[in-house]
Amino acid sequence: MADFGYSLVKSGKTDLDTAGNALARSVSEAEPGFNLCIACGCCVATCSAGRFTNFGFRELIHRIKRGEEKLMIAEAEKCMLCGKCTLVCPRNINTRNIVLLIRKHAIIKGL
Amino acid sequence: MKQEGKRSIWNDYQKEIADDKFYYVRSCIRQNFFPGSETAFLKILREVLEKDVFDDRHHTTCTGIGYHAEVVPLETTMTVVGRNFALMKEAGYQNYVPSCVTSFGIYTEILDSWHHFPEVEARARENLDKATGRTFEIPGNLAHTSDIIFKFRNEIAAKAKYMLVNKTTGKPLRVVDHIGCHYAKMFPQKGIGGAEYPYVLAGMVEAWGGEVIDYPERRHCCGFGFRQYLVKANRGYSISCSKKKFESMEPEKPDFIIANCPGCAYFLDRWQYALAEMEGKTYGEDGHGIPSLTYEEVAGLVLGFDPWELGLQLHQVPVESLLKKMGVAYDPESKFRGANGEDLGQPESPLNLKFYE
Repeated sequence: MADFGYSLVKSGKTDLDTAGNALARSVSEAEPGFNLCIACGCCVATCSAGRFTNFGFRELIHRIKRGEEKLMIAEAEKCMLCGKCTLVCPRNINTRNIVLLIRKHAIIKGL
Repeated sequence: MKQEGKRSIWNDYQKEIADDKFYYVRSCIRQNFFPGSETAFLKILREVLEKDVFDDRHHTTCTGIGYHAEVVPLETTMTVVGRNFALMKEAGYQNYVPSCVTSFGIYTEILDSWHHFPEVEARARENLDKATGRTFEIPGNLAHTSDIIFKFRNEIAAKAKYMLVNKTTGKPLRVVDHIGCHYAKMFPQKGIGGAEYPYVLAGMVEAWGGEVIDYPERRHCCGFGFRQYLVKANRGYSISCSKKKFESMEPEKPDFIIANCPGCAYFLDRWQYALAEMEGKTYGEDGHGIPSLTYEEVAGLVLGFDPWELGLQLHQVPVESLLKKMGVAYDPESKFRGANGEDLGQPESPLNLKFYE
């Protein structure tokens, strides 16, 4: 196929027919701090796993809210659970617990 | 929303459009993209509708491309716009008619700025006076060329030689209308039908017998935006916007696209080629694309103008499928012949987008 020096941008559209909000709902019920995120990115800046992979906690929360459940369950596996993001979060969100809740949800639902 | 509701909203956004004595301002890029369109507009107004249109050879760009690319400061843009207004005053006209949607946006934005900040207008007047010794008057009426064609759509329909109807099946042609963002998204009250339900092109299509398609991404930008396409690395965003629109309109099987913005008509035409070459995907029938036309080209076809006189041979997506559906008489042999009948040669056929029959 032809290469014109630019490429197509993947659509960020949320397909309401396929998006699932079960993960977002179960995590936010167990850890209400899930809804307090202001997407400041301090968690990403301090992330140990993010030094070696493209993992980012801010993106994780954002995309779970958009309904990308399966992709984000796989993404959460990259977290090393070091807890540095919990220390720096200006909203005192228990980020570590959120990752554990995502993994728990995946096990319960067999995802 | 029910159609009745939309019509009710359209009624809330009606604008005053002058009836005659137009001061015509050309577009920088349209004359290169679709050179037959502006000629067709003048021909329709002068010869078909018998209106007075002044095509001033002294006017300049509105600086829109430079302004949106952040290489021309706003003060300069205002001074240049003031000069164009001054030329209209000197020519004895009051009804300003820009051919370009970007220009239309520039003029509405500047007039609104001057309305709210008289000191800014005073500075523009001072700059113009120092630079050229000219003075200007605020236009009595500002309307885009598509507004003018919309106003006279029924008169055009009354003189129609062909309608937007499939000659074989007798059914209305299915048309995608695409409105340039700067037509009404910035100042909704300046566009017919506002930003949500612009009626300017839909009104033409309905008056000429076609059926307007309502599809999910109908109001999405075509992706033309200057910041996107001027920088090669950003063009991925531009083409992705168009792709989103094509994928959304494809299930509706449109017969053609009609647009009122120079960039939209052009990119909705050319990106179909790029997408076909990059991904092998085409959106029309049997490997063809969906023809993308300007409203003057459509008006010209309806009035029975020669397709090659309208410049339809300059489209990347061939328009012959549409001509056949409408029953337009045309000479395939003269598609690539110049004004004096000389052979201009034939373009190379793309790999994936069907160009020849």
